[in-house]
Amino acid sequence: MSTKKITVTINGETRSAEVEPRLLLVHFIRENLSLTGTHIGCDTSNCGACTVLLDGRSVKSCTVLAVQADGKNIVTIEGMAQGAQLHPLQEGFKEEHGLQCGFCTPGMIMRAADLLAHNPNPTEEEIRWGISGNLCRCTGYNNIVKAIQYAAEKIRDTGRESIPFTTHHPTETTA
Amino acid sequence: MIPQAFDYESPATVGEAIALLQRYGSDAKILSGGHSLIPMMKLRLATPERIIDISGIKGLDYIREEDGFLKIGALAKESALEESALIARKYPLLLDAAKMIADPSVRNRATVGGNLAHGDAANDHPAVMLAYRAEIIATGPRGQRTIPIDEFFLGFFMTALEPDEILTEIRIPIPPAGSGGAYKKMERKVGDYATAATAVQLTVDGNGVCRHIGIGLTNVSAAPMRAQRSEDALRDQRLSDELIKQAAVMAGQDCDPNPDLRGSIEYKRSVVKTLTERAIKTAIERAMNA
Amino acid sequence: MFCNTPKEISGMGHGMKRKEDARFIQGKGHYVDDIKLPGMLYMDIVRSPYAYAKIKKIDASRALAIPGVLAVITGRDLEKYNLHWMPTLMSDTQMVLPTDTVMYYSQEVCAIIATERYIAADGVAAVEVEYEPMKPIVDPHKSMDPNAPILRPDKGKTDNHIWHWEVGDRNATDRVMANADIVVKEQIYIPRIHVASIETCGCVASFDPVEGKLTMYMTTQAPHAIRTVVALVAGHVGLSEEKIRVVSPDIGGGFGGKVPVYPGYVIAIAASVLIGKPVKWIEDRMENLQADSFARDYHMSCELAANKDGRIQALRIKTLADHGYTDAAANPSKFPAGMFSIVTGSYDYNTAFTEMDAVYTNKAPGGVAYRCSFRVTEAVHAIERMVDVLAMKVGKDPAQLRMENFIKKDQFPYKSALGWEYDSGDYHAALKKAMDIIGYDALRREQAEKRQRGELMGIGISSFTEIVGAGPSRHFDILGIKMFDSCEIRVHPTGKAIARLGTKSQGQGHETTYAQIIAQELGIPAEHIQIEEGDTDTAPYGLGTYASRSTPTAGAAAAIAARKLRDKARKIAAYLLEVSEEDLEWDVNKFFVKGAPEKAKTIQEIVFASYTNHPLGMEAGFEATHYYDPPNLTFPFGSYICVVDIDKETGEIKIRRFVAVDDCGNIINPMIVEGQIHGGLTQGLAPAMFEELIYDEDGNMLNGSLMDYLVPTAVESPKWETDKTITPCPHHPIGAKGVGESPTVGAPPAIANAIVDALSHLGVTHIDIPITPQKVWNILREKGMVETV
Repeated sequence: MSTKKITVTINGETRSAEVEPRLLLVHFIRENLSLTGTHIGCDTSNCGACTVLLDGRSVKSCTVLAVQADGKNIVTIEGMAQGAQLHPLQEGFKEEHGLQCGFCTPGMIMRAADLLAHNPNPTEEEIRWGISGNLCRCTGYNNIVKAIQYAAEKIRDTGRESIPFTTHHPTETTA
Repeated sequence: MIPQAFDYESPATVGEAIALLQRYGSDAKILSGGHSLIPMMKLRLATPERIIDISGIKGLDYIREEDGFLKIGALAKESALEESALIARKYPLLLDAAKMIADPSVRNRATVGGNLAHGDAANDHPAVMLAYRAEIIATGPRGQRTIPIDEFFLGFFMTALEPDEILTEIRIPIPPAGSGGAYKKMERKVGDYATAATAVQLTVDGNGVCRHIGIGLTNVSAAPMRAQRSEDALRDQRLSDELIKQAAVMAGQDCDPNPDLRGSIEYKRSVVKTLTERAIKTAIERAMNA
Repeated sequence: MFCNTPKEISGMGHGMKRKEDARFIQGKGHYVDDIKLPGMLYMDIVRSPYAYAKIKKIDASRALAIPGVLAVITGRDLEKYNLHWMPTLMSDTQMVLPTDTVMYYSQEVCAIIATERYIAADGVAAVEVEYEPMKPIVDPHKSMDPNAPILRPDKGKTDNHIWHWEVGDRNATDRVMANADIVVKEQIYIPRIHVASIETCGCVASFDPVEGKLTMYMTTQAPHAIRTVVALVAGHVGLSEEKIRVVSPDIGGGFGGKVPVYPGYVIAIAASVLIGKPVKWIEDRMENLQADSFARDYHMSCELAANKDGRIQALRIKTLADHGYTDAAANPSKFPAGMFSIVTGSYDYNTAFTEMDAVYTNKAPGGVAYRCSFRVTEAVHAIERMVDVLAMKVGKDPAQLRMENFIKKDQFPYKSALGWEYDSGDYHAALKKAMDIIGYDALRREQAEKRQRGELMGIGISSFTEIVGAGPSRHFDILGIKMFDSCEIRVHPTGKAIARLGTKSQGQGHETTYAQIIAQELGIPAEHIQIEEGDTDTAPYGLGTYASRSTPTAGAAAAIAARKLRDKARKIAAYLLEVSEEDLEWDVNKFFVKGAPEKAKTIQEIVFASYTNHPLGMEAGFEATHYYDPPNLTFPFGSYICVVDIDKETGEIKIRRFVAVDDCGNIINPMIVEGQIHGGLTQGLAPAMFEELIYDEDGNMLNGSLMDYLVPTAVESPKWETDKTITPCPHHPIGAKGVGESPTVGAPPAIANAIVDALSHLGVTHIDIPITPQKVWNILREKGMVETV
């Protein structure tokens, strides 16, 4: 079976690699690009631990082929903070105790980033439905809802983008 | 949970995709959103030699009204339906269903075309399109053809698509004034396939008489099905609670569910009855307020 | 609430933001699958499609022909090193890999070692195994049938009985039962469930052939015990304990599922030792659900006796425990049924008897906690359901019946009928608070009105008593190792500290709460106290984190180690201030001279002096270690009230409100305590309404993935309402009791009681969990409330 060269922009950097078509995007991100903040929890697209943004929309990277991301823009949890400045969602999760073991957290944050980009002022009900594809076994969700509300307010107040790297001019490096 | 190795093609046009289908025949599988096929491949229940990924074909993700139809490009994402002002305004049945398919991240990938072409009675759009009396546009080496939705689902995971054809468009007749629709779905938890669901699309005239009615049922038969007897009972009738109830009971009687972890046959029939009754009532309410 | 340090120090009672969060929110957590070592190989496992079968042949030739597949390891290969079996924590034996027979669906059959993860998966698909299937035992009630196959002839068994356990006074209980005004009875089944932490289990076994040292990175809640077990099991192949280092990296949820040693870990170790390279094994979700330790699976016959007024007089429970093909339960060694004997609950009566029989079946082995202290959930479910059944029988409101039977505040310490000494409690106050918050009386009025209209609404109460913090060494050990725990504190010359403990956080927030305990005792800001756990080369020995034991044991060790340092600080301060020790008084972070508060030395000054100017004859430095052996267990408690509305056509259940009032003694960090309670409540909701591992009659698991094993989302999980009472633990150095598991224990009966209450006017007294819409609908149909179509 042949391999395919793909080029993606991830967290503002352009990376290319020769990959097997069957390589799952989550493994490409974790193994080839060594960005291990994106986790694997279920393999069947039920838990959302592997959620990343693909062209600005949350996707479950365990159910996307790396070749399908060719030419696309990916943002992972590692791309959310700007230097030392945390993303409002990251801040919200810490301030509102929206995490415990931390394993679902990156996926939750990436999903919430998409949610807030399309619904900047969600109700509690909308938040709960909005994160319904992401499982958390530790928190009981109360504080995740509060963390997202915290971020929504902060984003509205500061005018900061919910999703970073939506427009950028990357410089090429090779994976 | 790793797929078996395969070769990969990403045609840029429908024509290219069809040529690839012709070349590789049954060794090849069409991939669109991937949320039905990739899980099967990870479980190695599907082991295609070659994947033809049509998700990169440009211009096939439209949602627009034209020539008396709502036309949905096969690659339109579920999330696009959910976020479309047009759908929110005029197609409540479609909006109801789109909001309850899997979960938001899956809906960002999953396509309307894929949901239908898979031929799975557990998917939500088959019942919706049956209720709308939609048409499927299939494109193949011999050009395009129109398949009425009633002739599209042939059996268990079987559709009228030829091996060298691709589902390229879905056409829903623009509902006349006085129309309303609703999708009522029961699931064990968010993201699950329906225990049962009912799609209803109807038109009520000024005298409260039902002029058009379509009722589709989800996950209670081998192939997606319409509740025809229920439709017949309501068509051209003034819609009373009693009549609605009778039609709902017929839907429960006429479906053919399997017993499984989602429920017994009796339970599913009963749920179909309840959901059908509720969907009809919501659809009427919406038709009145439209 | 106890809180007397300023925020800059953040001792007890401060809702300090978590120190560990910085890495988790930025994707810098370090979980086992994030570890990548040079030359690392990957392992994947071939698993059985049968519940019970002879292995006729394993043909690995096609797998071995795949470039990159280096080895296929079978039970026969391990047998050469006597590593094909391992002991379980309950002194049973468990296959690492089978030599001839598989005993449960999804059991390990052989392992593939390959250069890449994807190639290992290809290897698994290419192995051909020939089986001769046999008829399995799936139903534990049939396990003791005379014609049932003997599953464990290797144990010299002539039947499938594992053990009998009993506690209490059988004769006295029989007598009271025979003479009581009222005896209510129910068969209660607590189904098999799975912890399903979002991170599955896995390891990287890395054997260095030059040093002869094994480093084992693994998802374990008890790294020190694992090191000792590995040394005991693999000592004969040259792994002695000083050459074994176990490292628990960040753990993505444990809940008891990461206590046991799974075959995959052992195979990875064997592979690494044999090949001389690091071997990574990460199970996928289906392996995790199908083969890793289950929880619960108790079939209980419960009887509760009372006088005509509903005063409880005696409890009798007989349980059948399905352990799968080996007893791999994770319990203290002398407690085969864990802490089940807490089953007399929060009520004052002195007669009880409980007995249990454990049997083998062709199912995955296990018996882990699922976020509870060794079978407490089963016990609390039994008593809290039975109290409701009794209330129905005598026609009393379940809240009133509880109030009339509770152990009173002034009866503590209270000796229970089955021998425990409850440390402290105020059960009336907790229930009253929950009733006030939820507006209990108004809800009962609403329910009565709704019933008139044919609507279904229910209110359920659970007033639980937990038993956690194992435990006192006179009773509690695991494979002989006493269940103490430990803390070592080193304070650096500039007054900043590092503390290491024998436990291991899996999300509980130890890096924050332990720092707060030490901050409370020494006045060093919690922010400047680094907490480390999980590396057996550096941390002091301890038994790990499960059964809500971290605060009761290691938390106590931290407080006492810090107090040792404060004693030393007093000596140094006396020396520096040229006064006698008795003249000094402690205030938050300094010693001052009584009556002359301006004459003081801060902890930072004292510590600096310990390195630069310590008194002659005193040891230099500022370090202390303590191994804490608790004098008793701790007994957190609470009262929960749940309100449900039921769709009378579909049986769908909606939790309208859920109020949880918890009492876990003194609180270290209220934010973390509340978070623990929220999480535990959702994990209580899960088995009450959604989760169950389901087998067919051939022993196949029917829902072994997250597609069908229904872990609740944010939509199913209601908005939890929490509050607290505080009754300090009298024997714990900081008065704390532990909290992580109370809600998992307390929530299921509150939910079940609410649902049963909604149907009680139809004569329903019990429904087994998980209570699904289908089950409710079946009842409605039986009662003629719905028609079939």
